[in-house]
Amino acid sequence: MKLTLKIWRQESANAKGKMVDYQIDGVEGDMSFLEMLDVLNEDLVAKGEEPVEFDHDCREGICGSCSLQINGEPHGPDKLITTCQLHMRSFNDGDTIYIEPFRAKAFPVIKDLIVDRTSFDRIQHAGGYVSVNTSGNTIDANSIPVNKHDADDSFNAATCIGCGACVAACKNASAMLFTSAKVSQYALLPQGQVEATERVQAMVRQMDEEGFGNCSNTGACEIECPKGISLENIARMNREYMAATSKG
Amino acid sequence: MGGLIQSSTARKFAMAISGLFLILFLAQHLTINLTSVISADLFNELSHFMGTNFLVQALLQPVLIFGVVFHFVMGFILEIRNRNARDVGYVKFKGSANSSWMSRNMIYSGLVILAFLALHFYDFWVPELVHKYVQSHPEDPTRYYAETVAKFESPIRTLLYVISFIFLMLHLLHGFASSFQSIGFNNKYSKGLQGFTKAYAVIVPLGFIFIAIFHYINSL
Repeated sequence: MKLTLKIWRQESANAKGKMVDYQIDGVEGDMSFLEMLDVLNEDLVAKGEEPVEFDHDCREGICGSCSLQINGEPHGPDKLITTCQLHMRSFNDGDTIYIEPFRAKAFPVIKDLIVDRTSFDRIQHAGGYVSVNTSGNTIDANSIPVNKHDADDSFNAATCIGCGACVAACKNASAMLFTSAKVSQYALLPQGQVEATERVQAMVRQMDEEGFGNCSNTGACEIECPKGISLENIARMNREYMAATSKG
Repeated sequence: MGGLIQSSTARKFAMAISGLFLILFLAQHLTINLTSVISADLFNELSHFMGTNFLVQALLQPVLIFGVVFHFVMGFILEIRNRNARDVGYVKFKGSANSSWMSRNMIYSGLVILAFLALHFYDFWVPELVHKYVQSHPEDPTRYYAETVAKFESPIRTLLYVISFIFLMLHLLHGFASSFQSIGFNNKYSKGLQGFTKAYAVIVPLGFIFIAIFHYINSL
């Protein structure tokens, strides 16, 4: 397969970036998208050029590191997968592929296709945890009965890998799907009730301070999320937030 | 309250509540307008009631004006914040792959509705205020039907009204269901509710379009 790649190149966080065209030949359908970029980088290195920087780690859809906007969609045209799970069979010989970093003010570009997503970490730090007494009399979590439906919903929310596709897909660069998933995974469990009021307020406050946009319920985040995190989580966070705010 | 409205979640909640209030108002407005098609006397009677009743004028009208202004101002605030949230745009952004045109363009359908409101106020509200408070005419309970029908003699005005109601339809097709999501209502009833909101979003603007075209054709 012969492809034209239009890739965002940016030397550093403060440098001015631009789209650069590359021709690549010999791409096979069984290659993953990242393997295709590996081939490109080998060519570039062989030619003495700077390779394209991109985030990756586990390459099996678990870590949430890969973060490419491919042909205008986060993680490319296929659904419920990350970029590392996208295969070149999804493209045709002669295609032109646009490869850009996830765009958001709260996700500044570090280099080329790598963005700084530590704003997600700070949202998590603001309240995405439960306090556990570790002085020796810790209660086994399994000793507290949890409604099956709540347990499933909580687990589903917890499958969010924090890749940032929700922000990248949203026309407003909103992080509400991510934040609501992290709020929901605790809000649904008895263990999460102790800090429920403070948690949702602190995480929403941090989300706003990071400069993410507002949710306008387009649903793009849910469609593009590689883990299928549901919009129900945003509705739950909205309820939790208004209830917490009314408590003060 | 000042602090509360600073939060993105609370802003969306407030936006949804004001939107739902305006949606309710649309149903009331359409109901009264439809009587103009059925009976001039009934339309005059209802319009006279709405134009002279103390509670409607002193309580409901200010609340309505506040609701309209709040919805637009908050809409602009949210739009500015949202645009600022992505300082460098994509070269290629395929919004159609994951969201509806209506949901991505609420600001534009909203702007058309705002422009329509300016025309609507110029047509009906301003003359009403001049009639009542500037010229201080004695109240004539039979004047409303003739005044309303006269406006739709113009094909250009009728066309502008029809176009505006189409944009209202597009705005409601996303906005009505979206309001429930913003206030946290997303459960097993949501699918049925979505069907209702979509039907409402189409039927109510079509009702207004029918009335405008009906009076235009009648005037020929």
